Amino acid sequence: MIGGAIAIRQRSIVPGFGLSLGVTLSYLGLIVIIPLCVLLLKTSDAGWAKIWMELSSLRTLAAFRVSFGVAFLAAAFNTVFGCIVAWVLVRYQFFGRRLIDAMIDLPFALPTAVAGISLTQIYAGNGWLGAALATAGIKVAFTPLGILVALAFVGLPFVVRTVQPVLQDFDRETEEAGALLGASRWNILRRVVFPPLVPAVMTGFTLAFARGIGEYGSVIFIAGNMPGYSEIVPLLIVIKLEQFDYAGATVIASLMLVASFILLLAINLLQAWTRRQQGG
Amino acid sequence: MRGLALAGVVAAMFACCNPLDVVHADTTLLNASYEPTRRFYSDLNKAFAARWQADQGEKITVYQSHAGSGAQARSVSFGLEADVVTLALAYDIDAIAERAKLLPRDWQKRLPNNSAPYTSTIVFLVRKGNPKQVRDWPDLAREGVSVVTPNPKTSGGARWNYMAAWGYALRLHDNDEEQARELLARIYRNAPVLDTGSRGATITFTRRGIGDVLIAWENEALLVAREISSADFEVVVPSVSILAEPPVAVVDKVVDKRGTRKAAEAYLNFLYTPEGQQLAATHYYRPRMREATEGYPDRFAKLELKNIEDFGGWAQAYTTHFADGGVFDRIYRPGS
Amino acid sequence: MVDHAPSFDASLPQAARRPLPLTESAGARTALITVALGFLLLFLLLPLIVVFAEALRLGLGSYWAAIGEPEALAAIRLTLLTALIVVPLNAIFGIAAAWAITKFQFAGKNLLITLVDLPFSVSPVIGGMVFVLLFGLQGVLGPWLAAHDIHIIFAIPGVIIATLFVTLPFVARELIPLMQKQGTEYEEAALMLGASGWQTLFRVTLPNIRWGLLYGLLLCNGRAIGEFGAVAVVSGHIVGLTTTMPLYIEVLYNDFNFAAAFAVASLLTLMAFATLILRAILEWRAARLLARSRLH
Repeated sequence: MIGGAIAIRQRSIVPGFGLSLGVTLSYLGLIVIIPLCVLLLKTSDAGWAKIWMELSSLRTLAAFRVSFGVAFLAAAFNTVFGCIVAWVLVRYQFFGRRLIDAMIDLPFALPTAVAGISLTQIYAGNGWLGAALATAGIKVAFTPLGILVALAFVGLPFVVRTVQPVLQDFDRETEEAGALLGASRWNILRRVVFPPLVPAVMTGFTLAFARGIGEYGSVIFIAGNMPGYSEIVPLLIVIKLEQFDYAGATVIASLMLVASFILLLAINLLQAWTRRQQGG
Repeated sequence: MRGLALAGVVAAMFACCNPLDVVHADTTLLNASYEPTRRFYSDLNKAFAARWQADQGEKITVYQSHAGSGAQARSVSFGLEADVVTLALAYDIDAIAERAKLLPRDWQKRLPNNSAPYTSTIVFLVRKGNPKQVRDWPDLAREGVSVVTPNPKTSGGARWNYMAAWGYALRLHDNDEEQARELLARIYRNAPVLDTGSRGATITFTRRGIGDVLIAWENEALLVAREISSADFEVVVPSVSILAEPPVAVVDKVVDKRGTRKAAEAYLNFLYTPEGQQLAATHYYRPRMREATEGYPDRFAKLELKNIEDFGGWAQAYTTHFADGGVFDRIYRPGS
Repeated sequence: MVDHAPSFDASLPQAARRPLPLTESAGARTALITVALGFLLLFLLLPLIVVFAEALRLGLGSYWAAIGEPEALAAIRLTLLTALIVVPLNAIFGIAAAWAITKFQFAGKNLLITLVDLPFSVSPVIGGMVFVLLFGLQGVLGPWLAAHDIHIIFAIPGVIIATLFVTLPFVARELIPLMQKQGTEYEEAALMLGASGWQTLFRVTLPNIRWGLLYGLLLCNGRAIGEFGAVAVVSGHIVGLTTTMPLYIEVLYNDFNFAAAFAVASLLTLMAFATLILRAILEWRAARLLARSRLH
């Protein structure tokens, strides 16, 4: 029935439109749309005064600053190193390349809590690396730097996996043409190779960024969770839920939802741009 | 398709019943407790199961849920089907009785000693050597001293901490409430983070290395200083503290529905038996039975203990200090 | 085209002949490889090593004891049960959604894609919270559920639904671009040759997308067994009942049982390894089959 309503479509001989769309919409409706609508409803229940109070509180603002700021830096960090890793994996041959390539997906497969306790163990003041860093006066665990490390871990594969396919499909002839015309290697890289990679790089960056702002499991072990300093937005939401301040929690969650939605649109646009670059 | 249907059936199976009833045919109990009691109840549950098996000839499993006392009270009010609650203060159980009407208002009279089979108090935990020289409550308000204590909105221990400090502050300033508030405000200004539960605060202090002094349950402080990390921490006993009486109660509506009243009551009574009291002492709680402390002559410091009744009881204390807009809300402004 | 050796341009006079810069200098290459490997060593390998080293810190006996605890076994069972329910459901959804989106043209397609992707970019904490708002006693359906004695929040169904939300997009996200690239030619050809819709799906479409599907299943599974934030919000912290392995790790960690926490973590890490290796093996075999088929 829904299929008929959105039947503003071209006739196709492929069957199953009604069924597939029906399944998709029901599933999506039950699991995603209705719950999220409830969230927005509860937020509007809270009333404008409460909404304003929550959003303008220093603690909330600080949490957003931490979450978005550190996620941005982590995504940038992963962009730089992710590009290098993708380049090295595609262009060079070296011992263990295949194995390393398979391992890149580890942060996707590894539970965030495992990453959290493991990274804490490494970077705490008496940890594997933390001890050495402490003598140099650098505190990583329980500071925003620790959050950065955790987000760098969870976001690591994004840039690599978006850039790799583009590099792999890259047409070397243009490079060779550039070389024949007398350009230096750096110029060839800068003018010929890098520009088509930009959409993929930006997609990877945005994916890592989106993941970073919402990350919870790996961060709460290694962050200090101090309001105003190292408290992330998801933790603030959990604290409000545990205090049963549902109104406050929904307000902050709604704001995060809006931010996520915007980022999502950005990602989809970038991915479309990448596809056009590759296809065109 | 078939897989989907099968999954649906399995899911429906779980949804229809209390998870405890689906998984086990034997008797099960759920004990909703506050955070620091995990090890104590782990041991106690085993001992009780053995006793129940011997007496009744059937198997019983007691499941535990741990969270900040206030948070736990709300969870139970909002659907966490606990057969018994063993929380940090009577107010939290009162809240369950008031809000969700799951047990009668006079629950506290049903068991001896105000339904508190053991007591504890509030002390300080500092780093070995006490580098910041913390001896008593005013030291917590000093400039440059970082204090770790949990959030009174969610943690029961946090509220005991607060009232202990308040008791001292009133005594110091001759019951001048304004000055007492100022002292507490300075203490909380020294608090970089408030965890949701007492165990969370302990972890923040011991594991994350945040803070110079932890205001903690005596049993928490002793656990860390004597068992976990005796080389790194030591206990400092303040001049005056508060008698903390964590109570226990059967949740009538739940046990009647699940048919576990007999087991639940036996479980709580077990806490008062010599075996239960002994276990409490082993886990650094102050048992009601004198004899149980015989094995631990210098475990529990002697200090002056105020009572919550000195402050008008929890109902009044809660309204004054911890309700929205109360004293705590006025003195604690995080993130600024 | 995979030629890294410099080549000479024979059309230029002798003096002007020099190697064409078709790749970076050896020095630059070594530097880049070192940087890449160093980065991966620090960020990927070291955490893995630490998990196992810490798990075994108190010895093998202690390790087995930690894993054999009834509460640990219950956590393992719950995690596996969750994955067993969530992954197939989301796979079916992913295929259905990808089919609808890529084989047909209709208005609102982009909105649909965005909605499918939404759980991916939303914080998992919010993923759990929305169900508390919906099914909790204070929530929209709470009173009705209580009246019918149905337990979702603070019980296993809540854990499963929260995980379902968080892992929903993974299969669809992998299939949609893949099937978009493939278009509808194969399906239309099969249909014109007389195959039914279902036959086309199973004999033509699925084989074509199997690597994307596999990767999506892998990602979905990894997230399902590892989900922390969403489950933490709905579980009620009942150890032995609604505590998944990641939550159980937190419980152990917060009770100062660090070696035990890492022991359970090592199990999850091994599961993660297993999925990665499985995928690598299958891909390698497929590549071999492809290479062999090319020779004929």
